[in-house]
Amino acid sequence: MTLIEEIVDARPGSDLAEALTHRAEILRLSQSTHDAVLFPQSPGAISHGLRAALASRMARQYEVPKLAEHYEELIQQSRDNDEPHDAATDAQTAAIVAHCDLLTLRPRDATRADIEKLKASGMGEPDVVRLAELAAFVSYQARVIKGLQALKGAK
Amino acid sequence: MTRVVENFTTQVPVWSPYIKPVELASATPEQLAAMQVTPSNKGVSPYVLTLAHDPESLAVRSPLFNQIMYGKDGLSSAERELGAVGASVVNRCIYCAAVHASRFNNLSKRPGVIDEIFERERQARLEPRDQAIFDFSAQLSETPPAIPKTAAADLANAGLNTLEAVDLVLSSALFGWANRLMHTLGEPTEREQAPR
Repeated sequence: MTLIEEIVDARPGSDLAEALTHRAEILRLSQSTHDAVLFPQSPGAISHGLRAALASRMARQYEVPKLAEHYEELIQQSRDNDEPHDAATDAQTAAIVAHCDLLTLRPRDATRADIEKLKASGMGEPDVVRLAELAAFVSYQARVIKGLQALKGAK
Repeated sequence: MTRVVENFTTQVPVWSPYIKPVELASATPEQLAAMQVTPSNKGVSPYVLTLAHDPESLAVRSPLFNQIMYGKDGLSSAERELGAVGASVVNRCIYCAAVHASRFNNLSKRPGVIDEIFERERQARLEPRDQAIFDFSAQLSETPPAIPKTAAADLANAGLNTLEAVDLVLSSALFGWANRLMHTLGEPTEREQAPR
């Protein structure tokens, strides 16, 4: 049972549960992506603990409380696995949170200047892409959950 | 100096990254594998070379993308593309909108749908089934998602079965992802006219 299925909790035997069995491979790949984005082997400037914290913040912004709770549970667990030297500086963390909010709330307003701000805080090119992938994945995951929840009441 | 494309169009622009892409010549084995570079496949776009900075994400995302957009049963390919266009309009990703609008046109042979969407965006008036698909994908793409209580019934009334509705959720959500990469890591620029 993948995280998306757990949270959506389709009624066994319903049309939605039936449809999801036809999309098992997509749900499985979605779970693999979650693992790659939350627990990467090369996290760069965005430690596992910070990733879980950003994901819980985004899940709240998308108004998916059960997803936020999942990420809140991961925060401490992920922090315990992070190396002390993995921590981003305060300035970097502030820049990361601001950019994450932009990608979540107003992606259409993003410009070159926003990438320059990240780089000015000491983020390298790989970190800029890592952050975009994290925010983009949580957007996908939250929307799949919201969309499937909306279909639950369907005949 | 190349000009940035500001308006929705079906002419696919050139995507210019804001950061320096990975160079194919110095890419690591992990990056090459994530980009699916093989001796017979060396044509890698600037977009994929940019995403190769995070090979762990790219490697898992590519198969997921292909399954969601090119699955054989369920929602028709053209309607998956329409879901992608709905998300891209909300997020104003000119590049994604151009690619997927032209795919919709090629598949559906109904360019009037895209003309209307590019002209009036969220106010577009479409045939009932197109309207239900476009509206749902746009509503799901807002932050937070703004799906009305009637959404499931609206899709069913427009003739979508549950599997088709699930596929619409997936393609719309996938484009929230693609737009957040394509539109925020670079910009669409005008294609150079070929020199005569």
